[in-house]
Amino acid sequence: MRTLLNTPLDGTDLNPLLQDFGLIVHPPFLYMGYVGFSVAFAFAIAALLSGRLDAAWARWTRPWTNAAWAFLSIGIALGSWWAYYELGWGGWWFWDPVENVSFMPWLVGTALIHSLAVTEKRGVFKSWTVLLAIAAFSLSLLGAFIVRSGVLTSVHAFAVDPARGMVLLTIMLIVIGSSLLLYAIRAPAVKGSASYTLTSREVLLLINNIILVVSTAAVLLGTLYPLIHEAIYGEANRVSIGPPYFNTIFVPLMGLLAFALGVGTFSRWKKTSVVYLKQQLSKVLIASLAFGIVIPVIVTSEFNISVIVAVVLAFWIVFSIAKDIFNKTSNKETFFKGLKALSLSYYGMQFAHFGMAVTILGVCLTSHYSVERDVRLAPGDSETIGNYEFIFEGVSLQQGANYQADRAVITVLRNGDEYITLEPEKRLYYATQAIQTEAGIDVGLFRDLFTALGDERGDGSWVVRIHYKPFVLWIWLGAIFMAFGGVLAITDKRYRSKKTVKQSQNESVLSGSSSSKPTMAAES
Amino acid sequence: MRKLFLLFSFFSFFWACVLPVNAAIEVYQFDNDSQQERFNNLSDQLRCPMCLNSNLSGSDAPIAADLRAEIYEQILDGRSNEQIIDFMTQRYGDFINYRPPLNSGTFVLWFGPLILLLAGLLIIWRMGKNSQKLTPSELTVAEQQKLNDILASKK
Repeated sequence: MRTLLNTPLDGTDLNPLLQDFGLIVHPPFLYMGYVGFSVAFAFAIAALLSGRLDAAWARWTRPWTNAAWAFLSIGIALGSWWAYYELGWGGWWFWDPVENVSFMPWLVGTALIHSLAVTEKRGVFKSWTVLLAIAAFSLSLLGAFIVRSGVLTSVHAFAVDPARGMVLLTIMLIVIGSSLLLYAIRAPAVKGSASYTLTSREVLLLINNIILVVSTAAVLLGTLYPLIHEAIYGEANRVSIGPPYFNTIFVPLMGLLAFALGVGTFSRWKKTSVVYLKQQLSKVLIASLAFGIVIPVIVTSEFNISVIVAVVLAFWIVFSIAKDIFNKTSNKETFFKGLKALSLSYYGMQFAHFGMAVTILGVCLTSHYSVERDVRLAPGDSETIGNYEFIFEGVSLQQGANYQADRAVITVLRNGDEYITLEPEKRLYYATQAIQTEAGIDVGLFRDLFTALGDERGDGSWVVRIHYKPFVLWIWLGAIFMAFGGVLAITDKRYRSKKTVKQSQNESVLSGSSSSKPTMAAES
Repeated sequence: MRKLFLLFSFFSFFWACVLPVNAAIEVYQFDNDSQQERFNNLSDQLRCPMCLNSNLSGSDAPIAADLRAEIYEQILDGRSNEQIIDFMTQRYGDFINYRPPLNSGTFVLWFGPLILLLAGLLIIWRMGKNSQKLTPSELTVAEQQKLNDILASKK
């Protein structure tokens, strides 16, 4: 061994990108999400094997699915937030394969949560729900395979190993193959017998499912298509599929989903009167159009159609929630008594839906109104964005535990008054000789000030990246609302008390047989 | 030993590839804001040919810096976005463009989701129609007995 070259004194060090608190908490959350879906999967397989796809099965699956989904929501948000502050690029999502494979189980998990509601309450779409439970877990396995095997090139794949990839592929094929086989044998025998109309809550939740599944399919297609294309057309004709593709496909689908969400909020099981829907929705529509058009035009004094559509949709969701809560409390003596009477799972749903509105606003506003400047500043120079003036004070050399850093001091003035000092760093890690930026960020509810340090130019000036990012926090705030909604739904008292569960199970057996069959007779 | 050395150099290469995801920060002076915006959009949309998976604006690799400089020159020369993308595609193939072209090879990619969505909505529509026509199924003898028992016990 004495001839071994370049024996490192300190070992090779962990990849500097990963030496960060965000990366301590991000993987366990994702893992809980992925593995959490195995519970829903196991319930689905057990139900298929035993042939008992009943309301009890759906009820048992629901809290577990919510838990896995909430963990995954936080996990994905943490990953995106980490990329934002750690990579120093000012972005937060790149539709990279590794991001996509975490997003697909989340999308299918969202569909599963909604379809489980229908299966529990109405006993229909059972085989579809089972298929979603299988898909959510299978996509988690596919994610592990893609991330670890290196079949797709990604900037986030940190422990690529083809041998492990083969093992993961084998596990994945066995699990997916056998569960789909079981599904093919058992599912055709499963039939729901309850009836519903085109404007029923059943159908609206099914529309939610279709949109989410198509979104998943688009993400899957975009992620794997480069491989397929290369196999058919050869390596010389490779294509790249990135944000322009995904945004073109995904954004309209989410717009459709947001629209359906508002309608779905007012829908009722079995049948919703079209007159009632129109009456409820017309007010929400007028209010959301008014607010969604007027506010952006006044604030930005320009008419940007894609911003207006997004803001209108966000208001559409928020006003639907508000109107629905108002409807549901108006029969009680006081508003607060009405609020108290609503179940935690109802609040869970509304919180998660509100989270979607928040994320829509965050994504749209930060994409359209971010100001990005890469400027060359000598000590004492300044750069102004809106009310903020960034004064570059200079750079000093700092020693870290396993790195040395050039740390810049940037004083920020707001309307001429001293506001905050940002200290972006450029670090050189000794062990790997890797250079790593640490952004200096002032986080705010309505805007982030983002600074990153570039290279030194011979004359003592430095290249500095200064971004003004409005509403960027809302992207992750929305995810927190969604996850909180999932947690609220789990803590609903029907899951907590043994006695209540027993009682309501009896009720659901009763209502299951009475709603699915005899009421049909009453109707016809 | 030679093997170990090769392994080591392989890993050094690997690090070199992985790490330049740190955003490249440079200064380009433009005549107006719309040129700046076009430059940002183009370097977001075009891929760094040597990196794992990052666009020109997100890469520190020398080739990415060269290509950014190329975009900058061409924008100042008054060339349009299409001309610049065509130029890049001729040099590096479709691989350089994160927006895949629409042709027979990518038809499924671009229209697959739309077709799937329409098919799904059609299925829902038919299911909803059919469900309304569903006739109630008869209770089995055992179910009828259970129902009677329950009704009796409620009295």
